[in-house]
Parts: sequence; structure tokens; C-alpha cells
Amino acid sequence: MAEVRLEAVTRRFGKVTAVDGVSLTVPDGSFVVLLGPTGAGKTTTLRLVAGLERADAGRIRIAGHDVSDWPPARRDVAMVFQQYSLYPHLSVRDNLAFPLRSPLRRLGAGEIDRVVGEVAEMLHISHKLDNRATQLSGGEMQRVSIGRALVRRPAVYLMDEPLSSLDAKLRAELRIELKRIQAELGATMLYVTHDQIEAMTMATHVGVLREGALVQFGSPREVYEDPDSVYVATRLGQPRINVAPSHLFPALDLPPGASLIGLRPEHIEVGGNAPNPVKARVGRIEHMGDQTRMHLLVNGASLVTLTDPHTRMQPGEEVPIAAVAPLFFDGDGRRIRRSGSMP
Amino acid sequence: MSAYSITEPSRRQKWIAGTLVILYALITMAPLAWIFLTGFKSPPDSISYPPKVVFTPTLEGYVNLFTTRSRQTREYLDSLGPARTWYEEIVRKREMVIAGPSKFGERFKNSVIIGFGSTFLSVFLGTLAAYGFSRFKVPLKDDLMFFILSTRMMPPIAVAIPIFLMYRSLGLSDTHLGMILLYTAVNISLAVWLLKGFIDEIPIEYEEAALIDGYTRLQAFYKVVLPQAATGIASTAIFCLIFAWNEYAFALLLTSGTAQTAPPFIPTIIGEGGLDWPAVAAGATLFLLPVLVFTILLRKHLLRGITFGAVRK
Repeated sequence: MAEVRLEAVTRRFGKVTAVDGVSLTVPDGSFVVLLGPTGAGKTTTLRLVAGLERADAGRIRIAGHDVSDWPPARRDVAMVFQQYSLYPHLSVRDNLAFPLRSPLRRLGAGEIDRVVGEVAEMLHISHKLDNRATQLSGGEMQRVSIGRALVRRPAVYLMDEPLSSLDAKLRAELRIELKRIQAELGATMLYVTHDQIEAMTMATHVGVLREGALVQFGSPREVYEDPDSVYVATRLGQPRINVAPSHLFPALDLPPGASLIGLRPEHIEVGGNAPNPVKARVGRIEHMGDQTRMHLLVNGASLVTLTDPHTRMQPGEEVPIAAVAPLFFDGDGRRIRRSGSMP
Repeated sequence: MSAYSITEPSRRQKWIAGTLVILYALITMAPLAWIFLTGFKSPPDSISYPPKVVFTPTLEGYVNLFTTRSRQTREYLDSLGPARTWYEEIVRKREMVIAGPSKFGERFKNSVIIGFGSTFLSVFLGTLAAYGFSRFKVPLKDDLMFFILSTRMMPPIAVAIPIFLMYRSLGLSDTHLGMILLYTAVNISLAVWLLKGFIDEIPIEYEEAALIDGYTRLQAFYKVVLPQAATGIASTAIFCLIFAWNEYAFALLLTSGTAQTAPPFIPTIIGEGGLDWPAVAAGATLFLLPVLVFTILLRKHLLRGITFGAVRK
């Protein structure tokens, strides 16, 4: 396993700059998750590391070597594509063995069988080894696709939303499994996802991309609790952070320049005990099973918070609410941090 | 699983469809059946009027196709003693002896060499060109593709005279190489266009996965692209072979001896007093076989569907 460094890497497609001067270090043995909406440059970043794209500027180093001009095969990376690209003319077994049969690796047939068997066992696809790749369900295909990466011990694993096409149960299982494998092998992992649970539970570091640029990099907790901008704050959190005009809660002691406040659901205190409350009207209450969302209307602004599933509150009811430890942002969405203690 | 109709056709619809298919098959097969049967008729039976459908089969047509014969006097024939082989016996009945083998075998061999040779070359070059056009940034790609297509916009025979003169001065007239190059030149545009369509349909993710899995581009092409392009390659090969195999005009113009193919040869099989129809029919029947066998051999590759569903769109 190895460290991966991107040094001011830029990649343009015509007039579009897909990756814009990204500098990023994926420490050896770390699990780095890239977050960002579609088109933010997450997949392009992975492809640049893999060697499927050439950087227009900047260098990429894997284990200290400048691999910027190396072909993919030489970089010793394994990649799981978002679109599980199993070789349709091969059986599951041959798909898994394919990377091991590369002329670069001279493994014996026995060794290949052993590794393929182990990985198949781990991903619960042993009984499908002799099926054609096209006879599998979507979830099985994606597992084979992950397995094709796991048969190797590359310098770095690159995964592009590998779990996005799986059902909830399997996703939860594989999330734990992937994290376990990563921790066990001490593997370096660069992982793209939209899924907040994956980011929060698996990552040692989270990188947030915006229009090709890396806007924040840190531990999942840092990125969640101490975001640099509204943009970063909205990447994590279900339901999303509420962004409202700062005058909504007149009692708040605003730092200079603050024009927006960010309130995560846990930043909104509902009920009589709230200090300096403002009046809010209860809108819809959504029972989502694992959480219950309550929509609140305050002076024309709509906020979402979480509540107890057995709440007695009814839509239309008026309740006092207060903002507890909100985040402050300026008019452009930049975070304003108060020097000294948190408010 | 039916991708074409939402509802199962009714019995009546199936019956009508079945009848139409059988009727169509009968109409298209009738001339072939007639050629096949004529090959086993005696020369008088083959030209009798009204045409004979019931007749005594004979291999005379095939014997005549493969031999040259000379007419002899009865005394000479008697002096030869009894015929030693079944084909000699057939010939003797017409008061003739076998003078030697005919040129059919050689012409047939030329057809095989030139037909399959040019098919291989067209498909080989076509696959590489199509892969390049499909996967790489080629300057003026669209113009080049159009240029390749435009080579087929004129009927090839329109340039017969320039080609004839060119081949004469290059020494390519009546050579296998000359004919292979000519048919390849005609077929290559079809091959490139057909194969580019097929290769375009193979998702690039497979090659990218293979590149990362430790293969070079050429290895990825060979291990991943070629197996999936098998359908396209097989159908392209059949199209190319059918053209090269059946080509008549250039073969007539450019070949006369060494490299003459079967199509210009078969109609020249002259018997006594006109065309030897059973021999011509026998030649036509044998001539049909290689394309038929080739198509049957590649049939399983013509069935689509092996690549569907492994990449999520």
C-alpha cells in the first residue's frame, strides 16, 4: 500500500475544467472519500490517478514515484467503476481471475484459484463462479466488480460509487466489509460517493470538490461540524443543513459580516425550555421510518428538524424554537468563525 | 422473452405468418432446387420440353464438370476393353474417353484462395481501422470516414478500364495477389463502416478496466474487444466473402488462366452442341457450398445478445 499525492492537478475537456488545480494527499493506509455533486470532478480525479486520463497540468505521485506519464497497468492501482464493467464474454470466475492473469503478474493457476475462491467467499458469490457475468443480478455484478479489485493488493484502490446500485441491506453489509478489508490490509483507498453514511462511517478523510476544485479536506467530523462554507455544509447531513437569513433569530449574537446562519437539525431546539425562543408554526411532519422530519415555518422561512416519531405536535400548531450553536456565513456563503470560544 | 411484441400473437396470426414464410421459402428455394436437380440429369433430360421433374439421376454432369473428353470411334472404344472406373463407364456410354481433368478444380481453388484471402484481409484491416476510428482522436475523422464510404459510391466496374491498364503495367493481371487486393479494396469500406458500428457499441469501460487490470492496449483489444466484436466480425466476413466469391465482371476482365475464379469459368463449360447444362448446374451447386458452410460455421456468432446487460447504462 502506498501514499498517493496529487500536486496542482488540472484536467480540461475542451472549455470545461473538470479538475482545477487539485492538491491532495491520500496518506498511506487512509480511506479518503471524495464528495461533491455530479460534475464536481470526483470521477475525473479517480481516472487521473488511475491513468485513464492524462493531467493537463500538475503531477501525480504514487508511493513516491511520479506516475504522471505512466500507463494504467504500470501504476498498480485497482478500480471499481460505477458502471460495473464485467467482461460479458467471461464467467464470473474468469472475470475475477482476469487481473491475476495479466502478463505483468505471473501467478500460478493454483494461487489464482485460491485468491479467487477467497474473494468470492467474502462477497457471497461462490455459488455463481461458473455463471456467465451477464446472468447475474445487478447486485451480484457489482460484487464481482468489487471482487475484481480485491483479488489484487495494489498501491491504491479507487472506487467510484461502488455501492450505489445495491439494495440497502447489501450496501450496509458491504460497507462494513469494505471498511474491514481496508483496515485489515492497511489499504489506501480513494472512494467517491454521494452517500453520507458511507462518507461518515468509512472515511478517515473527506475531500469536498466544487467545480473541479478541492474546497475542504479533513476528517468526516471536521467537515461535518466545522465546514468552511455553506457549500461544504450542505454536502453532509440528512436532512440538509438549514440555511436562513441571520435575522431570523434576533436574540443571536452575530459576528460581524454574518448574513446567513446554518442550522443543522440538531441546532434547533423545539419547546418551552429554549432560551430566547421565536415562534414557529409546525408544517408537515414526515415519518420516514428511521427518522421523523418536522417542517417549521418561521417568519416566512422554512426549516427542517428531526423530532420524536411519537410526537404529539400537530401541523398548524405554534411552538417556540431556538437556535443553538449555529454556523455563521457571509453573503457569499463563506464561513465566519468567531475568534475565541464557540457561541 | 420477446423484445418485439408485447402480446403473444394469436394462433391465427401464427398460422398466417407461418404460411407466408413457407411460401416465400418455396419461391426463393425453387431456382436453387432446379439447379441442384439439373446437376443430376442427363444432358437430354436437362433440355427436354416439357421439363422433366421425374428423371433417372446420373452423375454425368459432375463427371463432365471435372473432365475433358474426346469422341472416339466404336472400334477404338472396343479395343480399349471394359471401363475400369464408374466415371469412365459413364463417359463410354456417350462414345467418348476421358482425355484429362478439366480446369474446374483449379478455378475452384482460385476462388477459395482469392475469396477467403480477400475476406481475411478486409476484415483484418477493417477491424483495426474501425477500432482506431472508434476509440482514438483521429484528425478529420468524419471526413476520412466519408472518404472511405465514398469509394463505394461509384459502381466498381466503372473504373474497370483504368484498373485493367494499371494492373497490366504493374504485372498484377491474372494473379492471385492482384485479385485479393482488388476485392479487398472494394470490401474495405463496407468492413470499416460495419465494424465501426459494432465496436462503437462495445462500452469503452471494458478496455479501461482491462488497462487497469494490468493489460496493454493491444492485449486489452485482443482479450476484451475482439471476443465481443465476434458478432460484427462474423457478419462482416460473410458479407465480404459473398461479394468476393460471386464477383464476375472483374474476374472476367482481369483473369484468364492462373488466377481465374469459378464464376467466369462455369458458363464456359461447353458440351457437344451447346452448353452442357448438367455440368454447369453441377458446377453452380458445388460453387454454392463454401459460402453455405462458412455461414453455417459462423452462425452462432451471428446471434446477438451475449454482450447485453453487463454494463449498467
